[in-house]
Amino acid sequence: MLDLITILQAGVASGTVLLFATIGEIFAERSGVMNLGVEGMMLIGAMSAFSVTISTGDPLLGVLVAMLAAGLLSQIHAFLTITLQSDQVVSGLALTFLGTGISLVLGEGLSKAGTVALLPIVSPAWLSGIPLLGGGLALLQQLLSAIPLLGPILFTNQNVLVYGGYLFVPIAWYLINRTRPGLHLRAVGDYPAAADSLGVSVTRLRYFYVFVGGLLAGLAGATISLAISPGWFSELTTGGQGWIAVGLVIFAQWNPVRAMFGAYAFGALRRLILDIQGPTLLFGMANPFYYNPYWGFFLQMLPYAFTVIVLVIGSRDAVRKRLGAPAALGVPYVRGERGL
Amino acid sequence: MPEDTTPEKVVEMRGITKRFPGVLANDHVDFDLWRSEIHALLGENGAGQSTLMSVLAGLYHPETGSIVVNGKPVSFSSPRDAIQAGIGMIHQHFMLVQSQTVTENILLGLDRPRFRMNLSTYDQEIATLSERFHLKVDPRAKIWQLSVGEQQRVEILKMLYRGAQVLIMDEPTAVLAPLEIEDLFKTLRTMIQDGKSIIFISHKLNEVLEIADRVSVLRAGRTTASGVSTEGVTRSDLARLMVGRNVILSVEKKPVTPGEVVLSVEDVHAESDRGLPAVRGISLNVRGGEIVGLAGVAGNGQRELADVINGLRKCQQGRVRLHGAEISNQPIRKNIQGGMAYIPEDRTHVGTAPSLSITDNVIMKKYQQPPIGHGMSVDAKAAEKFAQQLKETYDIIVPNVKTQARLLSGGNLQRVILAREMSSMPKMMIAVQPTRGLDVGAIEGVHKYLLTEREAGAGVLLISEELEELLALCDRIYVIYEGQIMGEVSDGTIETIGLMMTGTPLEQIRPYGQGAATHV
Repeated sequence: MLDLITILQAGVASGTVLLFATIGEIFAERSGVMNLGVEGMMLIGAMSAFSVTISTGDPLLGVLVAMLAAGLLSQIHAFLTITLQSDQVVSGLALTFLGTGISLVLGEGLSKAGTVALLPIVSPAWLSGIPLLGGGLALLQQLLSAIPLLGPILFTNQNVLVYGGYLFVPIAWYLINRTRPGLHLRAVGDYPAAADSLGVSVTRLRYFYVFVGGLLAGLAGATISLAISPGWFSELTTGGQGWIAVGLVIFAQWNPVRAMFGAYAFGALRRLILDIQGPTLLFGMANPFYYNPYWGFFLQMLPYAFTVIVLVIGSRDAVRKRLGAPAALGVPYVRGERGL
Repeated sequence: MPEDTTPEKVVEMRGITKRFPGVLANDHVDFDLWRSEIHALLGENGAGQSTLMSVLAGLYHPETGSIVVNGKPVSFSSPRDAIQAGIGMIHQHFMLVQSQTVTENILLGLDRPRFRMNLSTYDQEIATLSERFHLKVDPRAKIWQLSVGEQQRVEILKMLYRGAQVLIMDEPTAVLAPLEIEDLFKTLRTMIQDGKSIIFISHKLNEVLEIADRVSVLRAGRTTASGVSTEGVTRSDLARLMVGRNVILSVEKKPVTPGEVVLSVEDVHAESDRGLPAVRGISLNVRGGEIVGLAGVAGNGQRELADVINGLRKCQQGRVRLHGAEISNQPIRKNIQGGMAYIPEDRTHVGTAPSLSITDNVIMKKYQQPPIGHGMSVDAKAAEKFAQQLKETYDIIVPNVKTQARLLSGGNLQRVILAREMSSMPKMMIAVQPTRGLDVGAIEGVHKYLLTEREAGAGVLLISEELEELLALCDRIYVIYEGQIMGEVSDGTIETIGLMMTGTPLEQIRPYGQGAATHV
């Protein structure tokens, strides 16, 4: 039978993937650079995380390598769009093809390479192993899990990266809105000429935040292959979630907190679509999603259809302005040489 | 003026030469600035005064010449260096981030809040500073919420907060309403008393005479007057130094009897790009054979109104009629067929297609009909002949009509647009800021063409921020403020229109309706 708590619990877990990727893209877009290569960077991340963990047995090292690999890939996009000032859409698409291609070649045979050590689940026993703070953290975790409704959904039997997501959202929001680096980030994305005239390096900041976007996309990839749905299933590993993340950025209006709600909602939707095809009876009637597989396919299409719609709507300049897109998003910065 | 006999030199520029591809912008220019003075730098657009000041502000590096600030030779490689030496420049286009608050804009690029932005403390600091220099502005307001005058105050505060002793202002009054200009002048005088020095770039002669202690004039990159005291100098003296010949400062307007109403705008509402109401119930009309002005400070809905009339923006309520036929929310071709001509504000991207040739740009309204268009094909020979004709008639100075439009100077580009629009024998012409950024000669030309249209019996709607231009050309003037018409005058003075531009309706200025347009 359908169990709401289970669906939401799994939804938060699989939403964590979207969360990292979306917030990464928010950082890049806030600086003025749209990177449509999220899908490619996530695949690179998922592949390298799995590969490194299988050969070293250390999932933490796998995560680090995944982030660096995707971050490195993102710098191709940075170089093309910031230094060479090429079109961000074209370069981003190319990055997805490149990332997908590289990860498929390097990941050849990886799916049969065996099982890996996964990232740990946060439990009192695991927390107690942490020196110094372990006891306190274990107690805190038990208290959080005991909260009615929210406890089981958010804090019970969740991966360490899911917990990481909880911490990361407020940090990202605070960084963007309440700190000096955040002020500079927003200025560079809204009116780079103003930042430049006051000695803030537009180029350096944009490279940096595209890199941050890459790191987080890599983390999102690693979250899939080492925690949420472990393994390497070539391009099906990410299954287009990178594109959903790009759509979510618009839906979230470039705000990490809204991105969190969107990511978890999509995670839950994914899980619901899987679960609803299981039981033979639904609300006392024959379950159409069980008996007719086409209904299931239709449901599976919905998140992508949503992404396409959001991207189409969001591609209109006027709409983007209304939603609060960074004013200089997509525009290469050239220092004003006025001629006279 | 300082009382001591030998004024202290704050800035000394000697033999500055700056070259751009094909242009010698500054040719061995000398410039001095004394402490506690307002020094006007006068010149036509492109005469090199902005370049000279960009050199002083660290934006450009000169080929030759030296700069001495407070007795020490300096060499700036970036605006940051100049600011550290106490020199700040306020550009014509404000360098402000629209989505951020006043305080955030002022703190941008500074080292002081190390990490956490404790905005309330800084809000306080900035409020104190703004009070000291009579620069009233709410530190917590977002830039997009502020009027242009307030935004300029933020720019000044930004420089004062950084400890600037020398302030360079590039055409600061171009965007201001008359009352705001008064406020700005007050602030400038306060700053002088505080021991600061100001360089005031302008081409408005009476302003220069009003505010400046001394004046330097540039023409074609060379100094024609250097540090002359403004006492006893007249407007025509300055104009001659600036242009190099005697200039007629007025236009000749023949009497024309207005015909019937060509354009009528009825209770039009429209939104800005951000989706906020920009035009809020505007009604106006233009008759054949008259030039009607729309005065107002930039950003009060003029652009949106022009867009609606030309069919480029959705009309949310009300309607626009051309010769009685509704044209709002209709295909633009209907406008063109009805005899509408449009001189847009943005010459380079809306008015022309920059990478197309002059020929292609001038046939844009003609390519569908013979002799140029034949069904699906365009007769290249006929098109070129047509372009050649226009080139001669309208005095477009280019080697040939195959030249790309983007290579043209502002005045030439405007002549290309005027040629295209006027050759279609329009019945109605909308001109938005047609003389912005043009030099005196080109402005004379544009004015002449607008008057030609008027004499030919077409209606002209002239949207402009230059009050003097409007008063010289227009038969009637409407004043727009925050998307609404404040009133209509046919004998307005700068003072009356100035009040209306800042939001006072005409009825409050002239309770009995004296002098308001009696016709219509």
